[in-house]
Amino acid sequence: MKFTVSWLREHLETDASVGEIADALTDLGLEVEDVTDPAARLGSFTLAKVIDAQQHPDADRLRVCRVMTDEGEKQIVCGAPNARAGITVVLAKPGDYVPGIDATLSVGKIRGVESHGMMASEREMELSDEHDGIIELPSGEVGERFVDWLAANEPGKVDPMIHIKITPNRPDALGVRGIARDLAARGIGTLRPLQTADIKGTFASPIGVSIAPELSEKAPVFAGRLIRGVKNGPSPAWLAARLRAIGLRPISVLVDITNLFTFDLNRPLHVFDAAKVQGDLLVRPAQSGEQIEALDERTYTLPEGAMVIADENGPQSIAGIMGGAASGVDEGTTDVFLESAYWQPITIAATGREMKINSDARYRFERGVDPEFTIPGLELATQMILDLCGGTPSEMVVAGAVPDAARSYRLDPAQVVRLVGMDIPEVEQRATLGALGFRLEGDQAHVPSWRPDILGSADLVEEIARVASLTKLEGKPLPRPRPGVPRPIVSPMQRRESAARRMAAQLGYNECVTYSFIDAGVAALFGGGSDAVRLENPISSEMTHLRPDLLPGLLAAAARNQARGFADLALFECGPVFHGGEPGEQALRISGLLVGHSAARDPYGSRRAVDLYDAKADAEAVLAAIGAPARAQIDRKLDAWWHPGRAGNLQLGPNRLATFGELHPKILREMDIKGTAVAFTINIANVPQPKSRSIARPALNVSDLQAVERDFAFVVDSKIEAAAIVNAAAGADKTLIEKVSVFDLFTGERAEAQLGAGKKSVAISARLQPRDRTLTDADIDEVSRKIIDKVAKATGATLRG
Amino acid sequence: MTELAQTRDDWIARISSAADPAALEELRVAALGKKGEISLMMRELGRMSPEERQTKGRALNELRDEIDAALRAKKAGLDDAALDARMESEWLDVTLPGRPRPQGTVHPVSQVMDEVAVIFADMGFAVAEGPQVESDWFNFDALNIAPEHPARQEHDTFFMARETGDNRPPHVLRTHTSPVQIRAMQEQGAPIRVIAPGRVYRMDMDQTHTPMFHQVEGLAIDRDISMAQLKWTLEEFCRAFFEVDEVELRFRASHFPFTEPSAEVDIRCSWAGGALKIGEGDSWLEILGSGMVHPKVLAAAGVDPDQWQGFAFGMGIDRIAMLKYGIPDLRAFFESDLRWLRHYGFAAGDVPSVSAGLSRG
Repeated sequence: MKFTVSWLREHLETDASVGEIADALTDLGLEVEDVTDPAARLGSFTLAKVIDAQQHPDADRLRVCRVMTDEGEKQIVCGAPNARAGITVVLAKPGDYVPGIDATLSVGKIRGVESHGMMASEREMELSDEHDGIIELPSGEVGERFVDWLAANEPGKVDPMIHIKITPNRPDALGVRGIARDLAARGIGTLRPLQTADIKGTFASPIGVSIAPELSEKAPVFAGRLIRGVKNGPSPAWLAARLRAIGLRPISVLVDITNLFTFDLNRPLHVFDAAKVQGDLLVRPAQSGEQIEALDERTYTLPEGAMVIADENGPQSIAGIMGGAASGVDEGTTDVFLESAYWQPITIAATGREMKINSDARYRFERGVDPEFTIPGLELATQMILDLCGGTPSEMVVAGAVPDAARSYRLDPAQVVRLVGMDIPEVEQRATLGALGFRLEGDQAHVPSWRPDILGSADLVEEIARVASLTKLEGKPLPRPRPGVPRPIVSPMQRRESAARRMAAQLGYNECVTYSFIDAGVAALFGGGSDAVRLENPISSEMTHLRPDLLPGLLAAAARNQARGFADLALFECGPVFHGGEPGEQALRISGLLVGHSAARDPYGSRRAVDLYDAKADAEAVLAAIGAPARAQIDRKLDAWWHPGRAGNLQLGPNRLATFGELHPKILREMDIKGTAVAFTINIANVPQPKSRSIARPALNVSDLQAVERDFAFVVDSKIEAAAIVNAAAGADKTLIEKVSVFDLFTGERAEAQLGAGKKSVAISARLQPRDRTLTDADIDEVSRKIIDKVAKATGATLRG
Repeated sequence: MTELAQTRDDWIARISSAADPAALEELRVAALGKKGEISLMMRELGRMSPEERQTKGRALNELRDEIDAALRAKKAGLDDAALDARMESEWLDVTLPGRPRPQGTVHPVSQVMDEVAVIFADMGFAVAEGPQVESDWFNFDALNIAPEHPARQEHDTFFMARETGDNRPPHVLRTHTSPVQIRAMQEQGAPIRVIAPGRVYRMDMDQTHTPMFHQVEGLAIDRDISMAQLKWTLEEFCRAFFEVDEVELRFRASHFPFTEPSAEVDIRCSWAGGALKIGEGDSWLEILGSGMVHPKVLAAAGVDPDQWQGFAFGMGIDRIAMLKYGIPDLRAFFESDLRWLRHYGFAAGDVPSVSAGLSRG
């Protein structure tokens, strides 16, 4: 919403400066976005007189002028055709900033002749686009400030313009008068009384109006009158200037009057050329397939539910949104039908949205104009038409009736103080409401008809608080809910999330935050992409479906980084994935992705390709950090995006804690990843909560007797898993064998040449921890034999010779 | 000079000139070994008279001890020299880099969420959560945003697709964290103090907007919590979060359907030299929206508005992260450029706390 200060002063008697007005508006909740004060940027320019102008010796189009200024006579080179002796000009001196050319002047030489300033055009002063010559003023003295001259002679050109942001609850502030009322309530001046007009029609309107019965709720009142014998044409200068100042293009006086009422009093109106209207006007629902060419010169097909104002030829106006071109006024209009109506906001909003028409009328009607001002507005506008265009008015025609929105709410001054925490005396509270147009009857505040947003006592509190000024609010301490050291407030899941994130970062992964929506094709690669997780209105074709997994986002990030020349990557994300489109069908996961090599090249040979065992170690470290039990089973029932032979799931029975391993080359190709990539994904919520959280540790149980390590090398079929060997060995004597670990693996072609086709060798070390007596050689031999037997039985292994 | 003294001097001289441990060992065997000169001389003692033995014996013992000590001292000296020589030969280039260790980082959004949680935890706020796909009731209706209210259109909402035949209103991607207020109050009732950080979504993408961003919601409901206490709470938060001693907040009346009165909150700052400084200067920067929870919102969440009152606020996590850490571009938060992640990310061990401070700066 834009307006000028002089416009505001039509409604508000005030001496306040632009700065004071702007500060008060922002504080009142009418946030100032921008103040354009021409005086501020023209302040340094003064008037001067050209004494003499001579042809420049070296340039046909330039003149060398002697100019009388407040600092004496100066020489200025000027290219304007109208630069000549005797004219009064606007002078910019060296050091002045000239807004229209965005430059600060300095003394310069133009084709060898010194120039001490410039004489400005209107465009250089940003007063207009005029640049055919320099400004010639009809009056003014040398040295007089240009802004002072403008304020005295052309005040419109130095009228500050204020642009404010209007929150959706304040349709009344979409008219300058509403803004003035807020300022008056704050004490920035006095609201001037609004003029009224009482037009006596001299004949019956030849155009009748009616509302289709089914629209009685959506179109409660429709009023109008014919004005005969008007003269339409360009608006008077004051009206054109006023509209121009807020960025509106003057069209013709009839149209300009409707625009003025829209912005001045938040009263949209419409004018029909009566000669182009056939018969009476009827407000009715649009019929299916009906079309209208609107005033924006576009043809619209009217949607079902839209309301139109139709004559015998069909729709002439989209009610409350935009008039039709066919019956619009033009230069030749002599008889005009002026409309003032009230439309139900919801209906206007729905139609406007569906037709995608943004108009000043729609913007106001969908927020709510003052229904009680429908008729007075019509009268005032009629008066202005009579004043500016002449003509004779008909009697008013009215269909329907102004809807009754009268209501009142209880004012509880003590509650205001308790909620706001500011000591506002009751008398001030009542005065504020009064100034805003509320009528107080005991403790009942009757709401003014222009405030559709006031719907309860809480709204009264807000009005009082904002007028009292929240800027003045002093903070008061909020005591802790209980004294003492605060209790922990983080839930177990939140602790896990944080622990998982910090562990992944500690392991060397860089955390990414990627979008929750991805493209359908990629989602499908990871088991998602169904309609259940589809967005109805995605912002782009690459962001259509909620992600089923974190890896697509990480892989896309890796591909982008590879394209920038980063081949080795460790990325992770911790966040939600979605298995459905209902609230709650989301799960918290953490995924890590390793691409390329473990390290940069260095003299120690640290660099090696990342492999699944990196991913496994990291998965286990993160699982340990979030309290997962150490013993999970591994299975290979893998999702399709994993390498079928090089990945595994960590399970607790049917409960999948994590998956780790190499990603399927097909997926990497689809995602444009160069080289191999390994990853892990952990289902954070699937990690069981510990049954009882005991803080104390169990007693440390260590033996003083020395442990013994024995190594065994087994030959097995190459697809026998190490876990089978380790588990069998560990089971050979559960009390004595403390730990079994794999310490060597011999596999591949050379191994097969030595051990036989399809064979490999796995070497394990078993640590024997005696508890009650030192082990004898016989004891050790006994356990060793059991280990060899158990492993042989479980896996078909033979001891390597 | 006696014969014995001559022997002593010979041995001492030979020991001191021994070139290496092997030569020294040869000398030791030759002097003190079973058949060494001194050992043989001592064996002679048996054949001497007791008087002779007494004088000669003592002298011989002293000689043996002296030679033994000289041998040991020489041995130690040779060992030291050998070790010095080895040290010299073991020279390595210490300017070479250490062995590589991967350097991970925590994203600024996560770090700032942790910082926010730590501060509010100290003021007695718990962390609440809610789903990101929300019903329109939780996202709008319960928050006093009626279906046709213009505010609802201004949210630029993402809607979930509905199957034909499913005539429920479409679910939305939550446009703010405010629905968590409703869920938290429904679950816990009043009194309550929670914050709710998380992802939110709006259909907006340009220089300064991304279709996904992060907010933190705050809610405090009790018998008599006032807007003045909201202001104090936010002042305390800003002081702690921005790590400056003095902050000044400006409450500006505004409108949100779910609070009444409502205020937008600006923080005093300066942009001198292009760098933002909080707490000084003449500029104001909008950082959050807030207000007293609307009675209709309390009622929708099952809390009696005649008994309870309190405040709520919502703040952009990404935005305050940008302000605090001088991060220029919101869009880069979600682009996962490794250079950005390393530059703006935080070390795993930088866990914010109230006692140790939030940032290492």
